[in-house]
Amino acid sequence: MPYQLVVCGSIVPDPLQTLEPVAGPALKNEMMLPAVLDPWAGHALFEAANLAQKHPGSKVWLVGLGPKAKLQQVMMTIAQKAPFELVALDGPASGFTDSFETATALADAIAAIPNLDRANMLLFGGWESASRGSGTTLQIIGEKLGITEQFLGVDQLTILPDGSMEILERIAGGNHQVSICTAPPAVLGWATGHLPVPANNPQTGMANMKLAMPALQRAKPSPIKSTGLCFQSVTLPKQQRDTRIVKDKPAEEIASEIVAWIAEN
Amino acid sequence: MNVDIVCVGFGPATAGFLTTLSKKSLPLQILCYERADDIGFGVSGVVTRGRGIHASLPDLNPAEIPMATPVSSEKVVYLLDPIGASRRSRSLKLTDRLLRALGRTRESAVELPYIPPFLRKHDGLVMSLGQFMQYVGGQLMATGNVQIWPGMPVEKALIQNGCVRGIRLLDQGMEIEANLTVVGDGPVGAVGKQLDQEFGMPEGNGSREWAVGMKMVVDLAVDLAPGTVLHTFGYPEPEIFGFFYVHPDRVATVGIFVPSWFRSPVRTSYRYLQHFIQHPYLWRYLRGAKLRSWGAKSLQESGRRGEPFLAGNGYARIGEGSGSTNVLTGSGVDEAWTTGTQLAEGVIELLDAGKPFTRENLESAYVARRRASWVEKEARIAENARDGFHNGMLRGLIGMAVTGFTNGEIAVGGEPHRTLSYRDYYRGKQVDQIIEECRALGVSCHDALMDACGWPPIKYDGELLVSQQDALLLGGKVQAGPGADHVHFRDREVCRHCATKLCVEICSGQALGPSSEGVPTFDREKCIHCGACLWNCESGNLIFQAGPGGLHSSEN
Repeated sequence: MPYQLVVCGSIVPDPLQTLEPVAGPALKNEMMLPAVLDPWAGHALFEAANLAQKHPGSKVWLVGLGPKAKLQQVMMTIAQKAPFELVALDGPASGFTDSFETATALADAIAAIPNLDRANMLLFGGWESASRGSGTTLQIIGEKLGITEQFLGVDQLTILPDGSMEILERIAGGNHQVSICTAPPAVLGWATGHLPVPANNPQTGMANMKLAMPALQRAKPSPIKSTGLCFQSVTLPKQQRDTRIVKDKPAEEIASEIVAWIAEN
Repeated sequence: MNVDIVCVGFGPATAGFLTTLSKKSLPLQILCYERADDIGFGVSGVVTRGRGIHASLPDLNPAEIPMATPVSSEKVVYLLDPIGASRRSRSLKLTDRLLRALGRTRESAVELPYIPPFLRKHDGLVMSLGQFMQYVGGQLMATGNVQIWPGMPVEKALIQNGCVRGIRLLDQGMEIEANLTVVGDGPVGAVGKQLDQEFGMPEGNGSREWAVGMKMVVDLAVDLAPGTVLHTFGYPEPEIFGFFYVHPDRVATVGIFVPSWFRSPVRTSYRYLQHFIQHPYLWRYLRGAKLRSWGAKSLQESGRRGEPFLAGNGYARIGEGSGSTNVLTGSGVDEAWTTGTQLAEGVIELLDAGKPFTRENLESAYVARRRASWVEKEARIAENARDGFHNGMLRGLIGMAVTGFTNGEIAVGGEPHRTLSYRDYYRGKQVDQIIEECRALGVSCHDALMDACGWPPIKYDGELLVSQQDALLLGGKVQAGPGADHVHFRDREVCRHCATKLCVEICSGQALGPSSEGVPTFDREKCIHCGACLWNCESGNLIFQAGPGGLHSSEN
């Protein structure tokens, strides 16, 4: 059966950047930091694209709330990975925004997607952000859209012969809980899944950008005021850095060394 | 896949090309493939007069570009050696003694009372190249006329019967056929080098002079006026030039150029950079600062004499890889940009006339434009500016001055030499044992040899003075995804017999390391693609290809 796959994902700073919160709250030099699509949202996108490919007639949307210029930049790195149609909202994505307001803006944008068949909708996204998780945004979006079937920490979705969905969610101890969901709509907050990051496909990129650029130009301003939140203070975590680069060392040896270092310090 | 125009590399040259082209809203499919993982991951000083940039972007407001600011003051500073470890000639030592005796030094430095006009950037901008490229890239993408794809190294140009008909991407070998291939992949770009090999170089031309520029971007602990520009020479070694530029919000760029005429058999950058920033003249500004970014790149220092064939059937060359850098004024970004605009103007002319992108047409529409421009005129003046440095720092400085003041009519000659042997460079010092011990330990030699010459050890503070690997990670945010090695050696026997292993000593990221069997090891996850290894291999034995990954900082 064809699915309507709506993936929620926004930008985060490229993982190796040095992040420093400042009063606001915000990230220091946020607009200068190179950005990527949130990795777990990325995995959700790849899973959606994989599912769409296997089920002709399916469609994938990527709904992203972030500063327009940064969203555009991220399109350069993500648009060659999978076919999707971008729905862009121009607003903050610093990680300090209120998840309820963010979810409201996203839910409203999803509800406004023309010709979206919500009865066959699978709402995907990162279970939480890979870098600044509240872990609540996707659930709230689902609730606002009236979707009661929600699965979090998903690593695998299998469509069974009868059309129902077998879903594996992470639980403690490295295990998965197995659930069967008979039909959409459903919310799936993805962890990493099992799919590799797709290779770049220039043709996919070209096709995506033909729609992505107009979508960015139409991006609805979505100021997230976070009115319900009050940030008392922001500080960096205390950290101690001691770097040693090794190659081909057994994991057990590295672990023993780290344990010994922790004991000393 | 077939497109109209494909560009290799998104640096200032291609940015200039695409900016000019995109203003015309032509019904063309134009793609640009950039090796680095994002378009902001470039490296340069930068202080630029920006003539070409301002001509293309007349409404450019520096306030819109993070870290950009107009130049507010400029000085040239001669740095004496406060430690006594640098390798100075007798005449230079005498000069230093005289300056000290006359009381002309302050903080072990002499501020020159006069900046030669050819060096002045007083009407220019201090910028971060990464931020400028992000800004321009964003503007270009927003037009919808151009698509820029970072993280997409180009393996090679597709050449058939003497024509370039497109490119092959490294990722999966996909071929992009194009009516015009614009090559702006810099001085060490794989496609540029392939074209040099395929089509040769104009008679007498070649890239013989090089430098590696290494820099840090720091958060200052003191207030300094944004737009302050310092050009330095004399320390940490006479051959090494330095720079210090102040951006807004207490941010500064500080760096050095280590040139190919610095004939040390263990020439290196990072250790020297750390000594440079601790020179008393600079340390008074840098004490308490914090590292926020770091990077390095190779510079083609032959300028116009390193110019390849600028156009051929189906292709054109722009930017630093086309020899556009002015080696007298020490400027490259604006020149590169301008060559891009010149090519775009030529392309528009040809498209309007319905003419194909043949060598003759591109020479007439692009090369002729370039030859008639200030880029060419000033490059001709600069052509021989650096030659004197091959015979020493004083001769080099005199040569630059003579060239500059006579508009290139007179030059002090000089030919490149190979690096000196250990025995000749470390005359009078017992270094054989040190070298043997380093080889046995599997480490590069420059630290131990510099220690033996009196360079004090660096006292790491974890904030600004950090190990080279910490600079790589904290500053450069260097990483690489899965892929194959992009540095190889043609003949392993040549490496085994190489006495100096310069590639290991100069490697900006310590990606190349010594090995017990004599052939350097290569860790591509540490490589920042500066290409310094390429021109430091005096045997021509090193192959440097395109590859993904590298710096992940957009502040350089």
